[in-house]
Amino acid sequence: MAIEINGRPAEAAPRPGQCLRTFLREQGALGVKKGCDAGDCGACTVHVDGSPVHSCLYPAVRAEGHEVTTIEGLAATCAHPSGEGDTGGLHPMQQQFVDAQGFQCGFCTAGMVMTAATFDAGQLADLPRNLKGNLCRCTGYAAIEAAVTGTGRGGPAGGRLGDDVPSPAAQGIVTGAERYTLDVTDAEVPGWPGAILHAKLVRSPHAHARIRSIDTSAALAVPGVVAVFTHEDAPDLLYSTAQHELVTDDPDDMRLFDTVARFIGQRVAAVVAETVAAAEAGGRAVVVDYEVLPAVLTPEAALAPGAPLVHGDKDPVATRISEPSRNTAAQLHSEVGDVEAGLAAADAVYEDTFRTHRVQHVALETHCSIAWTDPADGGRLVVRSSTQVPFLAQRSLARIFGLPLEAVRVVTGRVGGGFGGKQEILTEDVVALAALRLGQPVQLEFTRSEQFHGSTTRHPFEIRVRAGARRDGTLTALALDVVTETGAYGNHGPGVMFHGCNESVSVYRCANKKIDARAVYTHTVPSGAFRGYGLSQMIFAVESAVDELARQIGMDPVQFRRRNMVRKGDPMIASHPVPEVDVLYGSYGLDECVALVTKALRRGRERAREFPGGPLGTGELGPEWLVGEGTALSMIDTVPPRGHHAHSRIALLPDGRVSLDVGTAEFGNGTSTVHVQLAATALAGFGIGASDVVLRNADTALTDHDTGAFGSTGTVVAGKATLAAAEELARRIGAFAAEAYPGQDPAGVPLAELAAEAARRGAGLEAEGRWGGTPRSVAFNVHGFRVAVHRGTGELQILQSVQAADAGVVVNPRQCRGQVEGGIAQALGAALWEEVRIDETGRVATDILRQYHVPTFADVPRSEVYFAHTSDELGPLGAKSMSESPFNPVAPALANAVRAATGLRFTELPITRDRIYLALKEAGLAESLPTGRTVTA
Amino acid sequence: MDLNTIEAWVPTADPDEWRQGDAWLAGGTVLYSYGSQTLRRLLDLTTAGWEPVTQDDGGITLASTCTVARVWELGDPASATAARWPGLAVVRPCCDAFVASFKIWNLSTVGGNIATSLPAGPMTSLAAGLDGVATLWGPHGGLRELPVAELVTGDGANALAPGELIRSIRLPAHALEARTAFRRLSLSNLGRSGVLLIGRRDRDGGFVLTVTASTKRPVQLRFPAGALPDAPGLAAAIDAAIPAALYHDDIHGHPAWRRDMTYRLAEELRRELLDVPGPGSQEGA
Repeated sequence: MAIEINGRPAEAAPRPGQCLRTFLREQGALGVKKGCDAGDCGACTVHVDGSPVHSCLYPAVRAEGHEVTTIEGLAATCAHPSGEGDTGGLHPMQQQFVDAQGFQCGFCTAGMVMTAATFDAGQLADLPRNLKGNLCRCTGYAAIEAAVTGTGRGGPAGGRLGDDVPSPAAQGIVTGAERYTLDVTDAEVPGWPGAILHAKLVRSPHAHARIRSIDTSAALAVPGVVAVFTHEDAPDLLYSTAQHELVTDDPDDMRLFDTVARFIGQRVAAVVAETVAAAEAGGRAVVVDYEVLPAVLTPEAALAPGAPLVHGDKDPVATRISEPSRNTAAQLHSEVGDVEAGLAAADAVYEDTFRTHRVQHVALETHCSIAWTDPADGGRLVVRSSTQVPFLAQRSLARIFGLPLEAVRVVTGRVGGGFGGKQEILTEDVVALAALRLGQPVQLEFTRSEQFHGSTTRHPFEIRVRAGARRDGTLTALALDVVTETGAYGNHGPGVMFHGCNESVSVYRCANKKIDARAVYTHTVPSGAFRGYGLSQMIFAVESAVDELARQIGMDPVQFRRRNMVRKGDPMIASHPVPEVDVLYGSYGLDECVALVTKALRRGRERAREFPGGPLGTGELGPEWLVGEGTALSMIDTVPPRGHHAHSRIALLPDGRVSLDVGTAEFGNGTSTVHVQLAATALAGFGIGASDVVLRNADTALTDHDTGAFGSTGTVVAGKATLAAAEELARRIGAFAAEAYPGQDPAGVPLAELAAEAARRGAGLEAEGRWGGTPRSVAFNVHGFRVAVHRGTGELQILQSVQAADAGVVVNPRQCRGQVEGGIAQALGAALWEEVRIDETGRVATDILRQYHVPTFADVPRSEVYFAHTSDELGPLGAKSMSESPFNPVAPALANAVRAATGLRFTELPITRDRIYLALKEAGLAESLPTGRTVTA
Repeated sequence: MDLNTIEAWVPTADPDEWRQGDAWLAGGTVLYSYGSQTLRRLLDLTTAGWEPVTQDDGGITLASTCTVARVWELGDPASATAARWPGLAVVRPCCDAFVASFKIWNLSTVGGNIATSLPAGPMTSLAAGLDGVATLWGPHGGLRELPVAELVTGDGANALAPGELIRSIRLPAHALEARTAFRRLSLSNLGRSGVLLIGRRDRDGGFVLTVTASTKRPVQLRFPAGALPDAPGLAAAIDAAIPAALYHDDIHGHPAWRRDMTYRLAEELRRELLDVPGPGSQEGA
């Protein structure tokens, strides 16, 4: 009996051990996504005979004789797709996700819709329980709640600056039609699907080992295996997986395949085969002879005298490793003023050591790419990749394989989340090598476990803080001794260390500042770029210390912050006595953000008093609950230093719309919407709205160089290029109209007619814009929490969560709020639950999502989000960046609230319930026997 | 995920068909979640067509292939079954103790969860808490019964022999007729259980406490009607039954926390089921 898929019998029978997910995709249902492939994330949810199941766990064989509905077939299952006015043929739940914009990257959306579409009233009334099997990493679930409950309110598709314009991709996302990296057909990849080969990586089981030899003969004998690539095939070139505008920002310390393995999970060979199964079998058959070497698994061990060296074989000058002989990738030592004098002059000195842990990005789309050589394009190497940085990847691939830049093209589909993790090349170089050698398309897709042990994490930091203050509230000294763990490779190691130690320090006026920082190699999975880029770790320490110092001098912590935080015009000083010349106060909203959060917390407190049973109330909490409030602030430069480039092209189309090509990538950050809104605003005089702008992006063949979508630059750098292009086009259209239609109002001529007339005269109505990312401005985020902590169990409840953001002029308020909500949720995950643990052998012990708890719908409280009323002189139409920064103040605000509630200072993350309880117990504060019923069921 | 080493799918529940490299398959939600690089064949138990739930005066029998979704139905408090067997009050809380979504319950089975033998396996908690006894089928006509509390022997470890399968779980009437109560704590809301206790007050007046999730394997404490514990007595009994090394240690809870929470929740259950007046009887808190 055939499996029926969306009303049609499948054209093939599944393999014996195949899961339904891959079978459905092979049958063309590309809307069925892989987030985890293990039943945890729900992105692959489909209906079997009307019941929702996770298709990655469903044995495909069992679907025989049953009806399977995927996102592509959902609308056809209802008699009345979304009712009157619906022209898209959507299921009501699909329409609700459009109306509420219940997505950012959209990779989870098909699964969300397929799940929620089955809910009855009872299930809708308990979304924490019924949506906990659908993970979203972008939104923080507020927009999803609005979508599922049908309370979204649409938005003007043709809107401009300041409107809640829906994403241009909305329809494609809710119907499963939007194409992510691996959602390809023969339209994208020549010879698909028959010609596609699959690569699987053989990874080191040893934290440190020299490879004596690799025997590939058994692997090559496996039916279906085409080739095995090892260090003997790899170019003899050192580079970094990290991608920056300046290649010299990262040490050149890794090879495509090396003869030394430096962490458990390092790739040592790639097996390429006709099927994934054959590639896996080939991988098991590769015999690697390792000489196991002693390893260092912690920074402390790595810094000890005589420690085994991770890159002891490297030349520090050629590779730009600071001190290979001391396992040090980079270091910074600075003093402004005199810290010892500042501490001596203080009435109170606080000193403690803070530790932040490894966390993983958990973008729902895992790292993946496909490479092929395009015979229609002179044999050019094309790589379709899940990347934030297509142009930097292009440049790196050209360098690695010795090709001219124009011989490499990198394109993206829609990218399913990034959070910094895709500012690396982790798959592209492997598939490029294989495709160049084999002349066939080659695909490599990481498993969820490979994301944990074979990609990157946030850098763990250990931060010793010494800070002093006078009783009048003057911060007299701030000294930071920082060790960051970069893991086996130095990708982003220097950048994260320098950036982390910058805005976290320069946000405070203090005459005496000292920083000693070191990025240290260990034989563990590499750290890399992660939302916040070092700031979240440092701000956790600094904002905790500021809180403690305020308590020591008997001052309200908010008052103490106000007393010492920078005001507009103050020099922003961290490690250098002179402020960076290109960082300016294009606008300043920190004071307003502090006020917004303070007022919101006060309102919450008053409401809790007046309505103890209300949503912010503590009335139902018994005597075992301790309640407290905490806040923290953060600053971020709106653009990374040393140049960030963008290029946009815009042209009037024959039908009167405009085409807009931008280099920057969309990975859920919402820049597509921002760009069409910016262009529409510049061209508003000609009646152009956002829906009239046809956007293409992130393809190295479309535009000139673009540094990429990192450092929160999608709006403030790439947007600036787009705005410049659109403004220039507006000028050209106006000038042409005045010339071609003298005496007429230029805005009165229909654009299609103008386009036709321009074509007749051979006048191209097009323009381009560029921006180099300097000068830069600063943006601010302030977070406040009121929490309750249970003395008997350690349970922590968030009673109120407030964030105020200084985003300048907000281009798309709903979307920007979503960025803030998503940043808060991701930060809560890192603060409360998520932890990549490394065992005593150096292996990542938490490599599935059931061991690495990312926040579910049940975990994330709704937050109040406020925007400061500022307009930036440097950003496009007054806008500032707001992608990374909402993450940064969350953990310290939470720790400060827990401190206020319990009197205990948590210096390590995550602040889990067991750790809270055990700390309370140690302090003699725990309630050992129940005085009432434990709340959590 | 795809199980790419699988060469054959065999519809059988006959242990004599089992050979090295085979895996019994019920719902598949564990095998397909963890994957395998070694298995050769899947032996599909669901093709045996076992009645998922049968009941008689002696109790309820759950086929090992009974899905969690079906167990959830069994726990419907409005049903005649629930009226007959009040002990089923812990069924729905146990189902909701799954970290897995209700969608997974459409596939996951009672037998699969018990055979996986994780400390936090909610069907292990349920079956052990209700004195469930497993019927096991082995090769060469092997047949034996084993209490579920003894079948699971450690974190991912159990007493199943190679080729042996769980045929069914018998929940006896004395436990189903009891008053039952449930307590659970997790490091995250609706997350993996760090500690899960089921308390039972049998009609003969006895008190039975089943500790799961906080310990590597189920631990049962039994107090006959004439020897019901006071608070220190209960604590002493836990002291004696659970040595420190038996508390589970993984990312879902520090063993010291699990230990203290075990005592705490046990005392709550004692107060509830032994009708001890005092703070435990207050609503709220």
